[in-house]
Amino acid sequence: MDCVATGGNVKALAKAIHSLSKIGEELYLEPQDNGLALRSVNSSRSAFACFLLSPLFFQRYRTDPDHSFRCKIPIKSVQAVFKSISSLERSVEKCHIQMNSEKNRLTVALHCKHGLLKTHNLSYQDSESLQAVFDKESCANVLRAQPRLLVDAVLHFPLSQEEVTVSVKSDRVWLRNRVEDDADPSRAMMTELCLSAEEFDHFSIGAETSITFCLKELRGLLVFAESSGLPISVFFSQPGSPVVLNVSDSVLEVNFVLATLSEGLSASWTKATKNSSAKTTPPPDDFMSDDMDSYLIAMETSELPGPSVDPQPCTINHRMQLGSESEEEEEEQIDRPPNKKFCSVFFGSVLHNSQLTNQTVQRQQVLASDSEDEQ
Amino acid sequence: MKFRAKMIDVGCLNHFTRVVNTIAKLTKSCVLRLTADNLYFVLSGKVASGGVSMWCELLQVNFFDEYQLEGVSAEANEICLEVSPENLSRALKTAQNAKSVKVKLTKKHCPCLTLAAELPSLSSISRAVTHDIPVDVIPRRLWHDFKEPSMPDFDVSIYLPPLKTIKNVVDRMKNLSHYLVMEANLNGEMNLKIETDLVSVTTHFKDLGNPPWGDDASQSRDPEEMAYARVDIRKLQQFLIGQQVNPSKAMCNIVHKKILHLILLHEDVSLQYFIPAVA
Repeated sequence: MDCVATGGNVKALAKAIHSLSKIGEELYLEPQDNGLALRSVNSSRSAFACFLLSPLFFQRYRTDPDHSFRCKIPIKSVQAVFKSISSLERSVEKCHIQMNSEKNRLTVALHCKHGLLKTHNLSYQDSESLQAVFDKESCANVLRAQPRLLVDAVLHFPLSQEEVTVSVKSDRVWLRNRVEDDADPSRAMMTELCLSAEEFDHFSIGAETSITFCLKELRGLLVFAESSGLPISVFFSQPGSPVVLNVSDSVLEVNFVLATLSEGLSASWTKATKNSSAKTTPPPDDFMSDDMDSYLIAMETSELPGPSVDPQPCTINHRMQLGSESEEEEEEQIDRPPNKKFCSVFFGSVLHNSQLTNQTVQRQQVLASDSEDEQ
Repeated sequence: MKFRAKMIDVGCLNHFTRVVNTIAKLTKSCVLRLTADNLYFVLSGKVASGGVSMWCELLQVNFFDEYQLEGVSAEANEICLEVSPENLSRALKTAQNAKSVKVKLTKKHCPCLTLAAELPSLSSISRAVTHDIPVDVIPRRLWHDFKEPSMPDFDVSIYLPPLKTIKNVVDRMKNLSHYLVMEANLNGEMNLKIETDLVSVTTHFKDLGNPPWGDDASQSRDPEEMAYARVDIRKLQQFLIGQQVNPSKAMCNIVHKKILHLILLHEDVSLQYFIPAVA
C-alpha cells in the first residue's frame, strides 16, 4: 500500500481518525481496490464505523494486487500522528502513508512547510477484515440534515448523557435524554427537543417510531461531518434495529452503524422476526435470553482464532466473501446460507459459517434486523 | 401553588444565566424561594454544606416580562423549592439565543421546574426545547431555615480588591496550605496569610477603604487593629471561582475569629456568602 493525501484532505483524514477514536480502541485499516477503508468497532460491539476514502481522495493511491493486506493499529498511536488538527492545517502539505513490509511497520510521513518531514513508524497486527452487515436502503425512515442542525440538537444534552431517544412523526422529530434504569427518575433532569421536518433537507417517515442509541458515537461522526460540511443521512426502522448514519460525497463514504435499544425486548424482537419467520427458522429460545445482550449488535471480528494468512479452505471461503463485501457494504449477502443465526449476525460476514455457529451464537443476541427479510 | 414566568429579553436571559451559573459553582443544591417580588437562592449553613451559607436576592421585575405566583396560601404567598442550580444552569445554557424562555412549576413524574425555550430555527417553525428539572417542594414548617440572615455584628468591614486579583493569590496559596487567614482593619488594609511549618506567606492590600455602615461600635475601634478569620481555603476559592456577576461593589465583613461575610452588590442582584472561621 502506498498513498498520498494532500492539502485539505490531510485534515479530512485527521478528522476521520479523531472521529473513529470516539468509537473504539483500534483502527482497522484495509486498502481495497475501491479505496482505503478505515474502520473501528467499540468494545461492546454495539457501534461500528467505516470511512471509505476512494482512490480519488488521494493524490496517489496504490495497492498491491498480489498481496492483500489488512491490519489493526491501536487508535491512540494513529491519533498521536494527527494530534493537533490546527497545526496540521497550518503546516502539513502532504501526508504519505506507506506499508513498510521490510520493517513490518506502517509509515506515515507528514511533509510540512519549510521542508520539515515527520515520519511515524507504527507497529500493527494482522487482522481479519472488519465488516458490518447492514442494509440502509430498506430502512423505513430516512432523515437528512446539515451537520449544524444535529450539532445544535446534540448541544442540548450534557456530555455525560449516554443515550438519546429519537422519536419521529410525519412532520417532526423529538430528541429526549434517556435516564438510566438504575437512576432515580425523580432526580434526573429530562430534556426534550422538538425539531420540525422543515429543518431537514430530506424527511421521509415510513413508520412512526422511537429509537434509543448512544450519543457518543453520533458526536464522533459530527466531528467529521461538521468540519467537512457534508449533510448527514440517518436511516432507521424500529427499536432494536440498527440506525445507520451516512455521510458521503464524491470521494468518500462514511457509515456509522449503531445498535438501538430494544424496549421490551421480547415484544419487539418477536415483531422484528415475525416477517422473516416464513423464510427462515424462528430463533431459538436462548436468542432472547439475556437482556444485556439485547443492547449489543452481535458481531464477529478477528477475535476468533485463526490467522488471516492461514492457507486453509476456510480462509479461501473467507476471502471470497470479503471480495463481495468490500464492493458495497450494504450489499446483500448473496452467498450466505439462509441460516437465520448467521444471516442476522451483524458483523459476521467474514467468518466461516461453522466457526460462527460454534462460537458466537450461544450468547449473542442479535438486534440487527435480518437484512434479508427487508427485501 | 402555581408559578410561571416568562423572559423575552436576551440581556435579561444572559444576566439571569450568569447569576445561576455563579450559584451553581457555589453549591450542588440550594433552595429557590419565590415571592411576589423576588427570587432568592438560599443555602442555610448546615453541617452538610460545611457551615457555609449563601443568600442571593433578585428582583423579579428586572428579569421577567411575565411573572405569576400563587403561593401556598394568601397570607404566605411564597413557594420554596429545593433545586439543583447545576441543572438550572445547564437548562439555561442551551437556551442562550432563545426567543423566549418560560419557567413553570409543573407536576410531571415528580414536581418539576419546567424550563421551555423557543429557539430560532432554519425554518419558519421554531425549535422547542423543554427541560424538566426535578425539585422538592419545601413544606411551610421548614421555611424558617430560609429567612434572610441578619447582618453579623462585625468588627471590621472593608471593600475588597478586584476579585480576580484575590483569586490569583488564593489559587497559589491553596497549593501551600489548607487554611487561609483573612485579616483587615479600619484603615483600609487587608492581608491574606497562610502559615505552615515550612512557610509563611502574606499578601498585603492597602487603601481599600471601609464602607460606611453608619454609627457603629467599630467607630471606637483602633483603626490599625486587625480583625481576622481563619477559613478553609477551598471554600473561599469556591466563592472566587464562581464569580461571573461583575459586582459594582464587593465587600467583606469580618467577625473576629468567627465568620467571614462576603457581599457582592450588583444593581439588581445581591449575593451574600458566609464562611465560618476555624480555630
